[in-house]
Amino acid sequence: MKRVKKSMILSSIFMGLGQFYNKDYVKGIIFSLVEVIFLLRLPGIFENIHGLITLGEEPQKFVNGVIVQGDHSIYMLINGAITLIVVTLFAMIYIYNVNDAQKTAKAVKAGKKPLKLKAFLKEVLNKNFPQLMITPAFIGIVVFTILPILFTVLLSFTNYSSPNYLPPRNLVSWVGLKNYKNLFELDIWNGTFIKVAIWTLQWAGISTVLNYIVGMFLAILVNYKGIKFKKFWRTILMLPYAIPAFISLLVFRLGLSGPGPINNILGQLGLEKIAFFTDPFIAKIMIIVINLWLGAPYFMILMSGILTNIDAALYEAADIDGANAWQKFRNITFPMVLFQTAPILIMTFAFNFNNFNIIYLLTDGNPVNSNFKYAGSTDILITWVFKMTNDQGQYHMASVVAIVLFIFIALVSIYSLKRTKSFEEEDMI
Amino acid sequence: MEKTLNEKQKLSDYITKLVVIAILTIASIIVVLPVIWIVLSAFKTGSSLFSSTILPQEYTLIHFKELFTETDFPIWYLNTLKIATINMLISVVITSITAYAFARFKFKGRKISLMAILVLQMFPAILAMTAIYIILMKFGLLDTHLGLILIYAVGQIPYNTWLVKGFMGAIPKSLDEAARIDGASNITIFTKIIFPLSRPILVLVALTNFMGPWFDYIFPRLVIKTASKKTLAMGLFEWVRSQSTTHFTRFAAGAILVAVPIAILFVYLQKHLVHGLAQGATKG
Repeated sequence: MKRVKKSMILSSIFMGLGQFYNKDYVKGIIFSLVEVIFLLRLPGIFENIHGLITLGEEPQKFVNGVIVQGDHSIYMLINGAITLIVVTLFAMIYIYNVNDAQKTAKAVKAGKKPLKLKAFLKEVLNKNFPQLMITPAFIGIVVFTILPILFTVLLSFTNYSSPNYLPPRNLVSWVGLKNYKNLFELDIWNGTFIKVAIWTLQWAGISTVLNYIVGMFLAILVNYKGIKFKKFWRTILMLPYAIPAFISLLVFRLGLSGPGPINNILGQLGLEKIAFFTDPFIAKIMIIVINLWLGAPYFMILMSGILTNIDAALYEAADIDGANAWQKFRNITFPMVLFQTAPILIMTFAFNFNNFNIIYLLTDGNPVNSNFKYAGSTDILITWVFKMTNDQGQYHMASVVAIVLFIFIALVSIYSLKRTKSFEEEDMI
Repeated sequence: MEKTLNEKQKLSDYITKLVVIAILTIASIIVVLPVIWIVLSAFKTGSSLFSSTILPQEYTLIHFKELFTETDFPIWYLNTLKIATINMLISVVITSITAYAFARFKFKGRKISLMAILVLQMFPAILAMTAIYIILMKFGLLDTHLGLILIYAVGQIPYNTWLVKGFMGAIPKSLDEAARIDGASNITIFTKIIFPLSRPILVLVALTNFMGPWFDYIFPRLVIKTASKKTLAMGLFEWVRSQSTTHFTRFAAGAILVAVPIAILFVYLQKHLVHGLAQGATKG
């Protein structure tokens, strides 16, 4: 036991020492190299952590009419975030190194010889094969998903915003929970947040259910017995699904705009033009209707497949019992379809909840609503965040809303996914 | 008595059928009208959205010619084709090896990694645009196609890993074991057995990743600054999003050249797509 303990202590003092002690030179060199690199980088790491804490101390100055650059808070923030991730990874390797020292010592005690370089590489390729395979994905996700999320979380605790806290001209500082408090307590923010959130829920709920019902209706019609040219109908009706959505949305936007063909025809008929996208209520209706055009075909195709797979014997039995069409639908078709599509229904809701394209391309969140802070009448949460980031430079509040939004959508999705089959499969648990 | 009942039944059947066909016809007209409008617009003379007649009075191919002689459209097309192809290749490789690791091996951190990517998949990249912009700047990837490709290829990993892992999980393990007895390594098993057998789902992954860059106008606008590096969706978007919609007919012609190949691909592969999506949702 002594050897094991000694190895672990040695490896805790300096990475790889315990491995050297057990004459495992290959691992010893690798681990100690990691530590040496880390130590060489230490000054930079301390500087970055210090920067993360202060977010800059030297503001931009004018000296004799020349700009002298000060600290750039946002670069310091991102460097700090990267450093946090690096330090976390290092800590994990450190712990792994101590565990490995224990394992190595035990192996030596059991009479095993440490591996030479070639054998070691072969062993790694074999034993750590899955870890090696997921490494590229892991690095990618850390850089392009985890780091942005961490950065967004950090931003939500700062005052990074236009016009007074915009680097490089100004410094940004930590404000604690102030932004969150403002979102939930300050009337102008809270009012906008609640109303935009309600419309987001309404939009996602109504459009999902509507698309589902209409899609099912169309699927039943196309598959109605005795209807000819089924393939022809199906192909026509799936067109909206096949055309890139950003094109069809722009087409609708233009087609229903002031000088567009619909209002043009209305004008020629001597009727008044309709403010499709300039009246808040009509705009909301139009968004839902146009999304029906875009989304119902997807459900139609999906359900066509399910409908054709329902056992015909069920309907025959129902016929013998004298069931009518509605009874057959209610007791056979609907439950069968719902059972198989429930997870997709929830996924669609989550998708619509963050359906950036439709709002941005159709209305851009407009018409303008003077009661809202930086949001228009048809803005949903995600387009509101986008506007605050892209147009208004309100990065701090945009981050707060983004985090709240993410937490909500993650909870809903996890809750619903936990109830689906994939979680019950043995290999998940 | 029985005969009349039968005839009544026949009549009501006939009427129902008529109603069904009527509804299908109306639905088809609603579906097709916007498509017809944009197609006609592409062949219309002039450039404006407004037209005094419903049908154009003259037809012309000038807008298609303009696309190739007067605009950057061909460059955008090539850029998008390049980005789409590279994105497709990287995505298929990275997704398939990641899914293989999760589907076939038990290792420390497996469950927590799976849970983590499930949650991360819910985070829309649009919400972190500021962060992505600054990260790209830090790595010198702003205004490069590589930056764009990395955003796409990494962004698709979580969802598609789940999709492909579900599919690979259904491939019988006895195949691997038999090969292992014959001395095959993990890599051989992947390239000779798992990868070929997963072809249906990988075709889906390839296809969705190939098509993604044709639709996306958000990230190109964030990343790309140089005119010659623009992508199609970005360029088309800019033609009609300026307040004066003076390039409307040109947009229509460009839109057709983008939508037609994509739509044909879609219709041709419809079963594949829907099947894959449905499977992804139920199987995980």
